[in-house]
Formats: sequence, C-alpha cells, structure tokens
Amino acid sequence: MEFKEKLISSHLAFEDVADLPENLHQSRISALKVFEKKGFPTKKDEAWKYTSLLNLVNQDYSLFPRDVTNIELKEVKKYFLYDTDTYKVIFIDGAYSPFLSNTTHDGIDVCLLSAALTKPKYKKLIETYFNKIAPQEDSLIALNTSYAKEGAFIYIPRSIDTEKPIEIIHFSSGKEKAIWLQPRNLIVVDQNAQVQIIERHQSLKDHPVVTNSVTEIYVHQDAFMDYYKLQNDLETASLIDNTFIVQEKNSHASVHTFSLGGKLIRNNLNFFHKGEHILSTLKGVTILKGKQHVDHCTLVHHAQPNCESHQDYKGIFSERSEGVFNGQILVDKIAQKTNAFQQNNNILLDDKASVNTKPQLEIYADDVKCSHGCTIGQLDEEALFYLRSRGIPKKEAKALMTYAFANNVLESVKLPSLKKRINKQIANKLGVSLGFEL
Amino acid sequence: MLTIENLYAQIEGKDILKGVDLDVKAGEVHAIMGPNGSGKSTLSSVIAGNESYQMTAGKMLLRGNDLSELDAEERAHAGVFLSFQYPIEIPGVSVTNFIKTAINANRKAKGLKDMPASELLKKIREKAQMLDIDSKFLSRSLNEGFSGGEKKRNEIFQMAMLEPSLAILDETDSGLDIDALKIVANGVNKLKSKDNAVIIITHYQRLLDHIVPDFVHVLFDGKIVKSGTKELAHELEAKGYDWIKELA
Repeated sequence: MEFKEKLISSHLAFEDVADLPENLHQSRISALKVFEKKGFPTKKDEAWKYTSLLNLVNQDYSLFPRDVTNIELKEVKKYFLYDTDTYKVIFIDGAYSPFLSNTTHDGIDVCLLSAALTKPKYKKLIETYFNKIAPQEDSLIALNTSYAKEGAFIYIPRSIDTEKPIEIIHFSSGKEKAIWLQPRNLIVVDQNAQVQIIERHQSLKDHPVVTNSVTEIYVHQDAFMDYYKLQNDLETASLIDNTFIVQEKNSHASVHTFSLGGKLIRNNLNFFHKGEHILSTLKGVTILKGKQHVDHCTLVHHAQPNCESHQDYKGIFSERSEGVFNGQILVDKIAQKTNAFQQNNNILLDDKASVNTKPQLEIYADDVKCSHGCTIGQLDEEALFYLRSRGIPKKEAKALMTYAFANNVLESVKLPSLKKRINKQIANKLGVSLGFEL
Repeated sequence: MLTIENLYAQIEGKDILKGVDLDVKAGEVHAIMGPNGSGKSTLSSVIAGNESYQMTAGKMLLRGNDLSELDAEERAHAGVFLSFQYPIEIPGVSVTNFIKTAINANRKAKGLKDMPASELLKKIREKAQMLDIDSKFLSRSLNEGFSGGEKKRNEIFQMAMLEPSLAILDETDSGLDIDALKIVANGVNKLKSKDNAVIIITHYQRLLDHIVPDFVHVLFDGKIVKSGTKELAHELEAKGYDWIKELA
C-alpha cells in the first residue's frame, strides 16, 4: 500500500481515539479530503520545482507510536539551552514528555495544543486562531490538520514581556523503524507583549524520520516576537516546516532559520501584514555537506502601507549538497511606502554543490522601495591569501571567511547563549576551531 | 636573511618578473622603487606566497630555506610578513580576535601553546599605544569601513604583534596623510632591529624620509636595473623614472 493510501485509510481509526470537539473533528475530515484530492506536491508544482518529496513518500512510516518512550534527561540535555532558564515543551516521537518539559500557566500559557483544543478556557482562542492562519487548501497543511494531535500552545497576554525564552523540541527516539510526525503549534502574542521562541527537531538515532510541521503565529499590535529555528538534525531526518505569521500594526516579528543538518529540509515561511508600520525580519544561515538538501521558500505579503520587511539568507554548500531559495515579495496596490528588501548570498565550496535561487517580486503599488539581490560564488582567493599570509592555515582561513560571510545573520540573534551555541555549531560544521569566542 | 636569485614569475601566463636578484641581510632596510607596472607588487606577492602568481625560475631563500616550497601560511610561520596595499575586509571578525587567531596559529606551528589572554592583552595595548590606535578600533570588524589610513595603521599593528623577521611594506604610504605617515614610520622604526629586515615597496620617496633605507633598488620591467643608497631615492624623486627606462 502506498504511503498516501495508508494516510487516508488510517485516518478513521485515528479520529476514533482522538477525543476532540465535533467542529474540530469535522474540519479534520475535510482537511483529509483536501489532501486526498491534491496528494503530495510534485516537481510539476512550480513551488516544488527543485525539491522532490518522491523518495520520502515512497516508503512506509509509522504514524502513531505504540507506546510512549521515555528518555533520560542526560541523553538529551545537550540539545537544551541549559545555561538559560527556559520554558520547555518537549515531545518524544510525537507524544508529550511531561518529564522533560517545563510548561506554565502562570501569567502566560505555555502548554500542549491538545489541552488547549479540548479545554473550555481556550475555546475562544482556538476558534479565533487555530487553523485560521495557515491556508487550508495547501495539501501538506491539510495533511497536518487532519492528523495533528500534539504540539505547543503558547499564549502571551497583553503587555507581558516573557522573560524566559520558550523551547519547543521534538525528539525522535529511533524506537520506531521509520516515523512520520505532524506537530502543530499555535502561538498568539497579544498586544504589546514580547516573546522569544526556539524550535528544534532532533533524531536521537539514525532512522528515517519525516516531520511535516505546521506553526501558526498571530502577533498583535505593538507586540514583539522572535522565533529561532535550529535545524541541525541527523542525515536520516527530513523536515517540512510550514510557518505562517500574521502581524498587526506596529508589531515586530523575526524568524531566524539555521539549517545546518538533515536529509531534506523545506522551509515554507509566510508573513502576512494586517496593519501599518509592521516590521518583518527573515534571516537564515544554511551550511550543508554530503547530499543534504535545503529549500527556503519565503513569502512576505505586504497588504498595508508603511511596512518594512528584511530578508537575508546566506548559504554555504560543500560536497554534493543542494540549496534552493525561492523568495516571494507581494506588495498589494494599497501597500504604498513599503520597504521590502531581500538578499540571498551563496558560497559553493565544491564543484558538485549547487544552488537554485529565485527572487519573485510582485509589486502592485507605485510608491515603494523594494530590492533583491542574489549571488553565488566562491571564497575570495585574495582574502584567503590575506589570512594565510598572517600564518592562519588554509582550512582555518576558509572557516574564518565562511564564518565572516554568515556573521551578519548571527549578529541579530538576541539571545547570547543561543548565539554562542550557533557560533559553535557553525565552527563544528566547518570542522575547525575558530580560536575565539564571541 | 633573504636571498633572491634570477627570479622569474608570471600571472595568467604573462611574465612579470624577469630575473630579479636581491640580497637582504639582517638589520637592513631595502627600498624597492619603480614606475607603475614594473612588478613591485608582484615581487612582494611572490615572496609572501600568493598562489595567483607562479614562480617559473630562480631561487628564493629565507635564511637558507627554500621559500618556494612553502605555502603562504608556512612562510608567515618562517617569519615573512606582508603589509598589504589593499587590506581585505573581514566583517564580523574583530581586529583583536583576528590578531589572536593569527598569533596562536603561528605559535601552534612552532609547537607552542596559545598565548595566555593576559599576556596577549598586554601586548595588544602596548603596540596599539605605540601606533596611536584607539581601543575602540580594536573591537571593530577587521578593515570593515576603515579609512585608507586606518587600514595601513592596522597592517603595521599586525606586524608589531607578529614580530616578523622579514617585513615587506607594499605601498604602505599610499592613502596616508603626513601625520599618519609619521606614526606608521615611527612604528616601523621602533620595530627595526639587528635581527630583522624590512623591504619597503614604494612609488615615492616620502616614506623614505622617515624610514631611512640602507639600499635603494629600482625595478623596471621585471628586473632590478639600478641599485644604490638613499641618495638614489632623491635622484628618482628629482628626475622621475624616464632616465631609468634608458638603462633597461
């Protein structure tokens, strides 16, 4: 049986055990119909021209783990930002791990989506935001909606400045032969509130894992939201990340995506503006080797005047790795005085590495400042010579140059311990010690 | 210190150096002058090991060791330093972190441990003071947004930190106003000793008023066509390079 068939035929049994309100149950059934009709995207779809899911969906996966797996804290501690006191929402093979998590209802809500979906207290929030931000007609989102059982629910009420960052971590234990995960997160940042969130997906053993994740984020007026995605998984793990952000007036939202490891990663990152004077920031560093593949597909929809968006993606590709950048900026007719900037710069360290980069600007307003630029190149030989002439060996000189290349993306990471960690991870990826700390 | 015999070098198949001979002893300052396009910068690049240039014939020895067998970084470890005409900008790497990386790379090559942080900071402070460099400057990204003068001063700062046995200053005077020129020259003079040597590559004589050379060579069309003492530099300043062309 094909995996798609399995997804469709297993759904009924899955829904029977899911204890959900009737309206949610119905929306899941209609979502499954969308997926059934559309199926997985193929390379014939323009947005998937350079990324094929064929190899991933041509095999079988377990959809729900039979029993809950426990993991010792010491096994996974290294994946936490342990030197910072954080809230944690942690899942193992798709199931919540109360033992590893640190949730709260004290002033803010950092908890499970499954709890929010069923508790009357959250009914209004769920009705207003859940499955309202992500487009329902997208087949992968529909698939996620039909099966989503668990994820993080975060609600930051008015004028609350969340002091501790929130970590959302999905572990796959390797207990299942192969596993398909569909986490679903909902994040609502109310007026004038502030929050910083870190998300990562981590396999603990080499085994096929595919995660089709959907995150819906609503940022109210005057609110600040910073989101950091750490993608540094094993080479047997793939991730399709679908993140949708709606911003209201005067809000700031940023997403930093660090793609440092994994088999196939697709980041669908979408911003929609619902008011004026909004700032959206999308930044990414991608460092790949082997046959890894990362596809960044971004959309910033400027639907109101006087807003600003900044996109800056850097890619460093070695061996046979592949990068894709597809950045769309859409400026509606009424969105005058829009400032929208996009940069995608890539370095190919080996002949067999490749990058496809495609900026797409659709501008219907006439008084805007929009720019885009993309480059694909090698490390500058003169600059390498400069470093080597100071006694720095070639390999380290290359690393230093590569590091410098990626640095302005790191610069805007506001959490020092996270910045330090990513800096170290980048150094590790490049196989050298940079000889200094940030 | 440095012995160059019949050196030939090319870039992209084009001969630039066509039989250069040069002998620099410890404690000496040599100036290499010449019109544009005579091969001055090529000579400095070839000595420092820039792979864009191919050495096609001749000998190049540093204290008897064949330099042509060494990579750029190994030449640095052996004591060669090149002050660049156009220093490269490295965003995100501060002057301090860069010099720390360079110093420790050189120490590692000699089998030494990293320089202790306190010792390093002391040395940085001392050398920065000597070159009238502000401490804020040291935390800026290397050469990024530096003025021409700041870049050159930073090159000499790196030289002061690395203490090379052979320093080649490639057009260090270009882009410097008179005050900056004095500071840089003063720094170089303080670093001079009986154990090291300096090669100054320059188009004009003005730097040589401040760093007095023991020997002056004129490079023209890839060859040294005339050598002399500091008076030769004055003669060139007064008469230009045209008469040199006739010597070739």
